Amino acid sequence: MLSMLPQVLIDGLTLGFMYAVVALGYTMVYGILEFINFAHGEIFMVGAFVGTEVLLITDSLGALEGMNPFVAFLITLIISMAITGLLGITIERVAYRPLRNAPRLVPLISAIGVSFLLQDLVRFTEAIARNAFILNGPQLFTGKFDLGFAQIPSKSIVIIVIAIAMMVGLSLFISKSKWGIAMRAVSQDQSTASLMTINVDKVIMLTFLIGSSLGGATGVLFAQNYGSIDPFIGFILGMKAFTAAVLGGIGNIKGAMFGGVVIGLVESLAGAYMGQLTNGAFGAEYKDVIAFSILILVLLFKPEGLFGEAVKEKV
Amino acid sequence: MKKRMKFAFLAGLLALGTALAGCGNSASNTASNNSGEAAPPANSGSGSGSEASAGEKAGGKIVIASIGPLSGPNSAYGETAKEGAEYALSNRKEDFKKLGFDLELLPQDDQADPKQAVAAAEAAITNKDVLAVVGHVTTGAAISASVKYDQEGLAMVAPSATGIQLTEEGKKVVFRVCARDDAQGSQAAVYAKNQLNVKKLFVLHDKQAYGQGLAEQVKAQVEKDGGVELVGYEGITAGEKDYSAIVNQIVAKKPDLVYFGGYYAEGGILIKQLREKGYEGGFMGADGLDSDEMVKIAGKAADGVIYTSTVGDVSATEEGKKWVEEFEKNTGKKVGIFTSLGYDAMNTVLHGVEEAIKANNGNKPTREQVVEALKKVNDFQGKFMKVGFDEKGDNSFAQVFVYKFENGQKVYVGQVQQ
Repeated sequence: MLSMLPQVLIDGLTLGFMYAVVALGYTMVYGILEFINFAHGEIFMVGAFVGTEVLLITDSLGALEGMNPFVAFLITLIISMAITGLLGITIERVAYRPLRNAPRLVPLISAIGVSFLLQDLVRFTEAIARNAFILNGPQLFTGKFDLGFAQIPSKSIVIIVIAIAMMVGLSLFISKSKWGIAMRAVSQDQSTASLMTINVDKVIMLTFLIGSSLGGATGVLFAQNYGSIDPFIGFILGMKAFTAAVLGGIGNIKGAMFGGVVIGLVESLAGAYMGQLTNGAFGAEYKDVIAFSILILVLLFKPEGLFGEAVKEKV
Repeated sequence: MKKRMKFAFLAGLLALGTALAGCGNSASNTASNNSGEAAPPANSGSGSGSEASAGEKAGGKIVIASIGPLSGPNSAYGETAKEGAEYALSNRKEDFKKLGFDLELLPQDDQADPKQAVAAAEAAITNKDVLAVVGHVTTGAAISASVKYDQEGLAMVAPSATGIQLTEEGKKVVFRVCARDDAQGSQAAVYAKNQLNVKKLFVLHDKQAYGQGLAEQVKAQVEKDGGVELVGYEGITAGEKDYSAIVNQIVAKKPDLVYFGGYYAEGGILIKQLREKGYEGGFMGADGLDSDEMVKIAGKAADGVIYTSTVGDVSATEEGKKWVEEFEKNTGKKVGIFTSLGYDAMNTVLHGVEEAIKANNGNKPTREQVVEALKKVNDFQGKFMKVGFDEKGDNSFAQVFVYKFENGQKVYVGQVQQ
């Protein structure tokens, strides 16, 4: 029973790091605007589709064959990040900025609308372009390292390394750079920040740019990991990433990373061991229940989340 | 007032949710493209009521209606069933002439749409010479039309509607010759034990009506028969892409076979992730896996995947090949997915009508008498199958057929041996 533990942990970590990066997008927007961008899961999905399409098109042109997989991967990542980043800014400009002074519920509904729109737009485009609902892309990293007790697929390593790099980069950006300081200032108090000659609109745009491009990049990682995507992948993954963000303390960046990894690991462990531990009474189908129960417990006893602080210091 | 607004908002969300769920379902339904349970068509072309005129009441005219989708996205199902039925009818014309009756076919289009099906049923009912219906081809349409037939006491024999609900509603005029969806589950268990010699079985399902139903059937059959150890019974969440948790469990338990109740979207990912982790056993499912998408998703991992279906491959036997040749020579049409089912559904109906004529001393029977005669059918040998109706109207001899993927192609393996 324990023999599969290393494998379970590796799978859980791969999943967890993906949740973590998507959770960053939720937490950053919440930190600045105190509003949950429910369309973020769909931005992740668009990223996955853009990445897969880029690979498919390069492949159909015959250019993918001789290309170094890492180069191809980086190009895909950059194109996808650029497009989803722009998409994030556009959504903010069109669907959220006009509602910034409206009651809290209004932009939330707008976000749900945007997420339906994106789902159907992608479904529609793919239906016309490829006459397919599920898109299957080339997987660049197919090798694996056999350690005897576990197999580590090289794609897992790539995913974890890229995710960590993005998270470290974001942390440095926010703590060290001028724009990062401006973001923190806006998150603490918008009107005071604007008195200090900070352009609040620009900072918010930047937040959406970064959050969305990280989401889009995760989409590419996701497509690489599973090889098969559909327009509805953003919903479940977005849900879990949002849970991760709340678990870690929404608005807190370290919390989002931690929460993501925890949710990924819990899901993987519960899926693998629940059936045996409860003698078949609760099977793997209850793995999400465990993850969400942890969330409920944390919210009951520490409503600000694991990393949230009583005095709010956001983003 | 405010409370009411809130309620309205929640209700709206709920409605959206159900609408979405509906979308998901219809998407998966089209996946099982020969289970006969097709999604209703989006477009609404015309094309019904072509020969609905009642005609003069010449003595000894018997009309059999053939109803299914003849237009719209599911027209391949209806066309093939109709062509099979038409061929069977034309083969029996002479026999009925000797009895003093003129046989005629009344094709109707229901577009696989439950609403259109009622209209098509009306057309058959108002024609007093119609003694029975071969149809409907898809389950949803068949169920809504069966209400009409039940009121009028007109028998319907569905060639290919596999949905369980059709015969579970207890209408005495409803019959079908194909297997029910849930027969696939128990037959798969029999096949795994007897023909694949499976000793350790792992059962998975997608927690949805179709998939879980199949998985429960497999489990029940395995527990009844014994001899196969059930090493796991788990559910997965449809729509996810990461099944590593369950895959690790399966790899650790090393079953001979994984049975998956569900659709190709999840099935393809599962077998792919299983093979990536070094799983070497078999993988089996039902007609939810019957899609070219399966190969696209799973790639090479799809090779060797076995699935059951309620539709057989007619040309698998020598006799069948000969029939296909004759059919194509006589009708100028190709044999398609439901041709054989339509053919035998019509044969069964004509057998019933013949019996009813005999019971009525050679006179033209009433619709009720035809229903009674069909109810008594318990051992009729059709061309491709034996037909015997149980008290629900299901065919107790209905066969389940086994296929597998080889080099990205579907290959017919054979029937399940009892």
